[in-house]
Amino acid sequence: MAHRWKSDLTAANVTPQSMFLSRRQIMAGALGLGALGAVGAARAQDALQPNTWEEITSYNNYSEFGAGKDDPAKNAGALDLTDWVIEVDGLVDNPGTYTIADLTAGLTEEERIYRFRCVEAWAMVIPWNGFELADILNAVGVQAGATHVAFETAVQPDNMIGVRRGALDFPYREGLRLDEAMHPLTMMATGIYGEPMPKQNGAPIRLVVPWKYGFKSIKSIVRITLTDEQPYATWNAINAREYGFYSNVNPQVDHPRWSQGTERLIGGGLFASRQDTLMFNGYDEVAGLYEGMDLVANY
Amino acid sequence: MLTPIIDRLNQLLRRVPAWTLYIVFAIYVGWQFWLALNQSGRYLVEPINALEREYGETALKLIVAGLMITPLRRFTGVNLLKFRRAIGVAAFFMVLAHFLVFAVLDVQSISRVWTEVVKRPYVTVGAAGFLMMIPLAVTSNNLSLRKLGGATWRKLHKLAYPIAVLGSVHYLWLVKGFQIEPLIYLAVIFGLLALRVKFAARRVPA
Repeated sequence: MAHRWKSDLTAANVTPQSMFLSRRQIMAGALGLGALGAVGAARAQDALQPNTWEEITSYNNYSEFGAGKDDPAKNAGALDLTDWVIEVDGLVDNPGTYTIADLTAGLTEEERIYRFRCVEAWAMVIPWNGFELADILNAVGVQAGATHVAFETAVQPDNMIGVRRGALDFPYREGLRLDEAMHPLTMMATGIYGEPMPKQNGAPIRLVVPWKYGFKSIKSIVRITLTDEQPYATWNAINAREYGFYSNVNPQVDHPRWSQGTERLIGGGLFASRQDTLMFNGYDEVAGLYEGMDLVANY
Repeated sequence: MLTPIIDRLNQLLRRVPAWTLYIVFAIYVGWQFWLALNQSGRYLVEPINALEREYGETALKLIVAGLMITPLRRFTGVNLLKFRRAIGVAAFFMVLAHFLVFAVLDVQSISRVWTEVVKRPYVTVGAAGFLMMIPLAVTSNNLSLRKLGGATWRKLHKLAYPIAVLGSVHYLWLVKGFQIEPLIYLAVIFGLLALRVKFAARRVPA
């Protein structure tokens, strides 16, 4: 059921396209005049302003297209989206191969402005378009024994330079507990700013779990599996000490190599100040999912 | 058969004063800062980490360049010895710029700098390398060379070897997952150090 979650960020927070291109210039100008203090204060107030299209689409982690932040924007153009289908299997009533149109038929598309927090301690605010994952899962029918959902990213070696280099053990895989997957905040996004999902951001369809570190929000999904065990998760398998299965945003639990207590909101330029990272990235409504769990042990 | 070309090259190099390197790298540091300030090119979205990485990698390149001068002369006859001091001092200032971006623009407080140095091994390693560079930078003048005496001075400046290793380990440790670039630096530095061990070993019996 759509509209189960209401944002504290409203449509008024979506910067019009004409404005978001000029915002950075205004800031650059302000910096040039040495009006540092004023800019800092202005940012604190509009801290929940979505990032610009340019920022969102040119600073990405997408290992299939290279390790640098600007690599996905350069290389993801090669991603082949033709005849995109998603395999839905495991403990479901209606397994099969679905197009995105089939999978989302009759569902309500929503815009959700979410905070996005990368495990690398930077953050953005992104206006996603998409569907509640719960609606999609209910449509395919989750069977009684299912406890987890597993996701898989496309592997196109001819089109993906990172796959050819063997940067990770591809396909990239991620997973959620079923109750996390069914939470109204969890969405399958197909667009940003009302535009179709850019390739570097995970076209044509990706997961968005705003209270977890960004790498949980798997891109360019080709497979969704309902299962009765905790699924394989790529970064967790590479280095479990650094990347837990849960990976909830948690300022109390540092990454072994850096602090998670603060973050840098992208868009502030060379003198951007750090801001405090919020528990569950500010989405306290998910706390109930983890009641009684030790979140230091289950990071 | 290459000798005339190399002789000519060495003659040309003799005419280039070493201080030109200071000018080149001072301009480079300022230019990159200006680009980051205006968020152009690679600094488009997130200039702070990009600038930190740029200065750090250039410092590592300069350290590698410094280590290459002796083998280059030994194997090709190209003599860049007179530039080595300027390269080392430039490397020190590049690491200083890298550290200042980290401290002032990135973590933004002295207490957080300290926390990072103490808690994060890759920062500890980088900080150790930086501290070891200070005595080398301070003694990079003729007066120090005379006061210390050639043998002591040369011994002190062998610190460049562990510094190079610390720098490349610092880089390898900070990247996420498996990346090829830091491994290349590490391999090149170990290769250059191995050459020295080999030649030192050969020199002993002679």
